[in-house]
Amino acid sequence: MSLKQKLLDLFKRIEKAQTGGGTKAIEKQVAMGKMPARERITTLLDRDSFHEYDLFVEHKCADFDMDKKKLPADGVITGTGSIAGHPIGIFAQDFTVAGGSLGLMHARKITKIMDHSIKMGIPLIGINDSGGARIQEGVNSLAGYGEIFYRNTMASGVIPQISVILGPCAGGAVYSPALTDFVFVVDKISKMFITGPEVIKTVLGEEISMEDLGGARVHTEITGNAHFFAESEQECFQQIKKLVSFIPWNNKKKADPLPPRPPKSNYNVENIIPLDPKKPYDIRDVIKSICDDSDFFEIQKSWAANIVIGFARLNGETIGIVGNQPLVLAGVLDVDSSDKAARFIRYCDAFNIPLVTLVDLPGYLPGIDQEHAGVIRHGAKILYAYSEATVPKITVILRKAYGGGYIAMCSRHLGADFVFAWPSAEIAVMGPEGAANIIFKAEIAGADDPDEMRKQKVLEYTEKFANPYIAAANGHVDSIINPSETREFLIHAITVSENKSEVRAFRKHGIPPF
Amino acid sequence: MNNYNTKTLVIDDSVYETGLTKKYLSRKTYKPVDHKIVNAFIPGLIQKVFVKVGDKVKAGDRLLILEAMKMQNIVNAPVGGIIRVVPKEGILVKKNELLVVLE
Repeated sequence: MSLKQKLLDLFKRIEKAQTGGGTKAIEKQVAMGKMPARERITTLLDRDSFHEYDLFVEHKCADFDMDKKKLPADGVITGTGSIAGHPIGIFAQDFTVAGGSLGLMHARKITKIMDHSIKMGIPLIGINDSGGARIQEGVNSLAGYGEIFYRNTMASGVIPQISVILGPCAGGAVYSPALTDFVFVVDKISKMFITGPEVIKTVLGEEISMEDLGGARVHTEITGNAHFFAESEQECFQQIKKLVSFIPWNNKKKADPLPPRPPKSNYNVENIIPLDPKKPYDIRDVIKSICDDSDFFEIQKSWAANIVIGFARLNGETIGIVGNQPLVLAGVLDVDSSDKAARFIRYCDAFNIPLVTLVDLPGYLPGIDQEHAGVIRHGAKILYAYSEATVPKITVILRKAYGGGYIAMCSRHLGADFVFAWPSAEIAVMGPEGAANIIFKAEIAGADDPDEMRKQKVLEYTEKFANPYIAAANGHVDSIINPSETREFLIHAITVSENKSEVRAFRKHGIPPF
Repeated sequence: MNNYNTKTLVIDDSVYETGLTKKYLSRKTYKPVDHKIVNAFIPGLIQKVFVKVGDKVKAGDRLLILEAMKMQNIVNAPVGGIIRVVPKEGILVKKNELLVVLE
């Protein structure tokens, strides 16, 4: 065979392997509103940047007549490429090949690209579209899952791991996305659950549709398993590209800066906050009034909306923002919001992203449901995450900072490097009403007009304690600033924190309240 | 100033104007546990009943076997008392269905 013939033979083999499950199966995939796996990769990555590996891998299963079955690329496409010039490792399960089912070689292709990404220090993107374990391969497919979970854990905090759910992802398979940093879902396409509607019906006698059990909206609004929701695969890919622009390649690097840009002029920081601490506003307007180009990339928008988390830029540099949202549940901390913030804080800490915390909360949410749901254990996560973080930590107290909420929101006492307060800040052990009712209980009860006395005592307490000056007098707050100077103070604080180093006692790892 | 569609939330005697979440609005009111009523903790089959109405049992005595998830689960009396209600053997029960009442 001449080299030319060999080349022709190679092209033939490539073409055959790249047809995946064949034209019919691909048509079916497209009819479901889904892109074929290879097209997903080429759409997401920079043009012509994708390089594929392991195209000729074949499964080794001989049971149940599997030896007679050829599965092109064993149902998963793996390779490397780039997004806006950032190198990326990627795999995409191909639903057209045996339903994207995971056998041992399929899994080994995934673990190989994972090992590669860890070694090279580049982010890994996994596109999940699989019916689950390849039952014919028995325990070997379980081995495959286990080997993926192990690497997800080893890569955690070393390289960014992004999971994209573009089809079913059920049973044990969902634990790989769950172990990664960010999960993207698309309406009507993504389905995630441990046990499907069929099993639930047989075992529990409860009927539910796949969409209502584990559709994209469920994971965006109810479970918090998903971080980003999109209406279409195209929109989802745009979100991934944007995320990648904010994060570094690995934990030894910093995110690439962009040229600094001022906030847009329609967000005026001074006009956003009502002075009455009981009136709501949208904390995202404050964020947009501070950050570059008023561009705030929010994460987990629809879950635990009483806290807002996301990435933005200050003077071109990526920062992670955590802010109480007075518009939802008065911005309280509760089981879900503590969980949401704590994980994000740990993400930023792992990837060298400075943390900016905006505080305006009345405290933790009272209630039997909260207590019984373990608000002690979950609430502790946010204390742990802030205390543990060694990236620059800058806190701005906008208005209320009461009680346990004050401590938890990256107070000086949890290691904040800079704590600024607006003149509207109220840093106190609790709100004036509650405090007056306790401290002046006897006076109020003994007064001729208890309501009038209560009003008077609340006012007295408000005037004396509902301000930032007592905290400032004790050095718990570094500066009381004009709200319009916030951006400038933050940029300066991040600049002087550039070489921050904190030495911690050796330990294998801490025991966070998981 | 923006106008938001808000409700109120009371924390430490202060009344806040704010939005409420679906989760918050649909939270269940707490009901104390009554140990004299035994409900099915899982849907399944009443495979065997060891007691009959009028029997006196101690806490921890076997009441019945509830077969579910391929497991024969033994349901014990949470407290002592006299049996007032028992289920029939061989029937399928839903989750939280009443099984046994003690007095």
